[in-house]
Amino acid sequence: MARAEQLPLTMTPSPEPRRLALLWRRAPFLPLLIILAFIGSALLADLLTPHSPTKVSLPKRLRPPAWVEGGSWTHPLGTDPLGRDVLARLVYGARVSLLVAALTLALGGGVGLGIGLLAGYHGGRLDSVLMRAADITMAFPIILFAILLVAMLGGGLFNVVVSIALVLWARYARVIRGEVLSLMQRDFIARARVNGCSPLRLIVVHLLPNVLNTLMVLLSLQVGWLIIVESSLSFLGAGIPPPTPSWGSMIAEGRDYLTRAWWVSLFPGLAIMLTVLAFNLFGDWLRDRLDPRQRQV
Amino acid sequence: MAEAVLEVEDLHTYFFNRRGVLKAVDGVSFTLYRGETLGLVGESGCGKSMTALSIVRLVPRPAARIVRGQVRLRGEDLLAKSEREMRQVRGRRIAMILQDPQASLNPVFTIGNQLVEAFAVQRRWPRRRLWTLAAEALRHVKVPEAARRLYDFPHQLSGGMKQRVVGAIALAGAPEVLIADEPTTALDVTIQLQFLRLLKELQAETQMAMLFITHDFGIVARLCDRVAVMYAGRIVEQGPVRAVFRQPAHPYTQALMASVPRLDVKVDTLATIEGQPPALDALPEGCRFAPRCPYVERRCQQAYPPMVPLQADHAAACWRLEG
Amino acid sequence: MYRYVARRCLQALLALLVLSAVVFGLVRLTGDPTLLMLPEDASAEDIARLRRALGLDRPLPVQYWIFLRNALQGDFGRSIRGQVPVRDLIAERFPYSLRLAAASFAITLLLAVPLGVLAAVYKGSWLDRLAQVVAVLGQSLPMFWVGILLIQVFAVQLRLLPSGGTGSVAHYVLPAFTLGWWLVAGIMRLLRSSMLEVLDSEFVKLARLKGLSEARVIWKHALRNALIPVVTFGGIYLAVLITAAILVETVFAWPGLGRLVYEAIVFRDFPVVQAVVLLTAALVIVSSLVVDILYAYLDPRIRYG
Repeated sequence: MARAEQLPLTMTPSPEPRRLALLWRRAPFLPLLIILAFIGSALLADLLTPHSPTKVSLPKRLRPPAWVEGGSWTHPLGTDPLGRDVLARLVYGARVSLLVAALTLALGGGVGLGIGLLAGYHGGRLDSVLMRAADITMAFPIILFAILLVAMLGGGLFNVVVSIALVLWARYARVIRGEVLSLMQRDFIARARVNGCSPLRLIVVHLLPNVLNTLMVLLSLQVGWLIIVESSLSFLGAGIPPPTPSWGSMIAEGRDYLTRAWWVSLFPGLAIMLTVLAFNLFGDWLRDRLDPRQRQV
Repeated sequence: MAEAVLEVEDLHTYFFNRRGVLKAVDGVSFTLYRGETLGLVGESGCGKSMTALSIVRLVPRPAARIVRGQVRLRGEDLLAKSEREMRQVRGRRIAMILQDPQASLNPVFTIGNQLVEAFAVQRRWPRRRLWTLAAEALRHVKVPEAARRLYDFPHQLSGGMKQRVVGAIALAGAPEVLIADEPTTALDVTIQLQFLRLLKELQAETQMAMLFITHDFGIVARLCDRVAVMYAGRIVEQGPVRAVFRQPAHPYTQALMASVPRLDVKVDTLATIEGQPPALDALPEGCRFAPRCPYVERRCQQAYPPMVPLQADHAAACWRLEG
Repeated sequence: MYRYVARRCLQALLALLVLSAVVFGLVRLTGDPTLLMLPEDASAEDIARLRRALGLDRPLPVQYWIFLRNALQGDFGRSIRGQVPVRDLIAERFPYSLRLAAASFAITLLLAVPLGVLAAVYKGSWLDRLAQVVAVLGQSLPMFWVGILLIQVFAVQLRLLPSGGTGSVAHYVLPAFTLGWWLVAGIMRLLRSSMLEVLDSEFVKLARLKGLSEARVIWKHALRNALIPVVTFGGIYLAVLITAAILVETVFAWPGLGRLVYEAIVFRDFPVVQAVVLLTAALVIVSSLVVDILYAYLDPRIRYG
């Protein structure tokens, strides 16, 4: 028993092949497939479509999708009001969504993880100051804060990512800190301390691996939500500025043409829905696997 | 013998899940007489609590179901009643005290609110009179400053006080049968004794029949008239407390007795029972105690032994008693 | 209880101060605020006047004090676009936003509470499954897109409801539903899981043992406890409601604060953006304060703790 407790959670005796097989059998395949397709098109956008996502060609504007009368397979999902290929913009739009989600999660998650570990480990004054700060930060609505920053500094990937991450770190810090506090009560931490383990080593070797599960679950549950946040900002014109394609701004561009050209807004919306749905289902599954105690936040 | 109040006959309550059937209660029979206390003893997980919940028909649905048997309250079959009729029985004719007073009171309502509710299902009296009644009931279970306590929330009371409140709620309907499911396990020893004494006094006043579920033989000796020993979903021995204590007939009862520390007999080591009770979803073919029994024979593994009458009212289910 | 409320009030006040300091700091840090606050073709005289009004020649703390004083008096400067005081713009739009938020909150409560409770009580039934689908979809669909689709179906194709603007009760239906749906999904999901937990508790068993009717057991004993975790998240939900209103108002041309801020973004009307963001964030902070107090009311363990 004592030995088992010493093992960090992430290094639990490697699951034998059968258990691994069982694990994957229960994995949500369709969501995984969608996620892979999403990441794939984000990475390989240049190879997947012959069209440029930004090249304007007014004579070709508002062509319908291939299967609708008047459409052709040159533009499988039609063209937008400026004659740009919808499919190409969709594929490149995945890149923006993925980039924003990944960067904000890396930044916000990293900062949150660091502060959570520090607050939970150190305790005392530092802990209460950091947690007050987290509480106050959580009171800021992310979209509003991003709107303000973008209004001042202008749009663009960097500003969007920073403004989201500036608010996002707080919730991770809170959860991680709680986790660390309960870990600090455990025997293996006490033993490490008695053995003269340095604080840095204690945090990196003993605490960090044990909170990674929680962090992974938390992050995976928020990918979908971040995609929605990014697209909302772009929809409002406070996100990635045109002509860079983003699903949110594509929906905005197609809004006024809905009756005539439904495809311009419909496809990016579907893309958001499928991707977010996939990430949410995947996150739920991951949570049930890794951390059944945690509830949807 | 006195009049029978509650008769349980051949009761079967099973849990159904994907992996199979869990036989929590598997053919339990006993009778409860007016004014007496029957102790139901056994290890945790042997089906004691499920027997109690089956009597009031509150087994966790839809996982568990009462499959077979009869529960008769003064001759009326409770299992045949509709849910609506059953509500008339619960609280008024059969009351129950649960194990953990901490968890049995609703944390967001005042004591008074929850007590008044118990009275209100029985009489349509004006609110104010019900509150007076509630205060009286608290006084009856010896809660100090009863009238003021009514406005307290559960977390403001100590564990012992909370269990008294639960007792008052149970007695609100002047029930004919009181089922107490390990009511003192969550309490300190001194508080335990106080509460048991209180129960005894109340029983003497009302002549209600009491089914006392416990795993503590000390309590059985102190409180009960008769005792039934349960093992793996079945009653293996039943009889007057004195008889069972003096001459435990079933090897399981004997082993249990031997594992209880006694003041009057000097022993060097306390006996323990080897092994674990069988899993309720993989019960052995024959006697369920056979795998742990020191006297096991071939027939024990082949068929379940019948209940063998020994003396007046004392019986045990063991092949060895058949001779 | 009083100590708890006092502490929360103090915390909210602190959050408001930090919020104003952040906004103030950001504006000062990013260059000359007069450039943000005035139209591009402003005269040197205008710039000089604004510099005096903001006290830009004085030390930073004094500037902050002026900023705070002005904000508290509702003076957020003039809109670049309309050259009217921002205060007047907000006063005109705010009631519309409030009405829409109230309508969607009502829809949310009417749908989410019964659905969440029934999904837990009849766990595994078709109703439960339907609720799960609603919950998953509700959290996966971008609200603004749903709004656009609803307009297309109910206003353009079926011509049943107006596509935007205000006027009659019918104008509320689509925006309030769009705004409420996300909340319905979240609250229902949370309520279902906390109901499941509570229904399994000993005190629910005791309530049944008393002979109470099943309706009373569920709607009084269980629901009241199950609502506690829901209310803790209430602050987050209100914040979402307030910010999501920006998107929904934009889609439905609803003349509220959200629409105002959208227009302000498009026209780079910084004073308006700043004022609306400050106001909405303050609203979020205050409403989460109210939620926390409500939470204390629901859970006596906190009230007397």
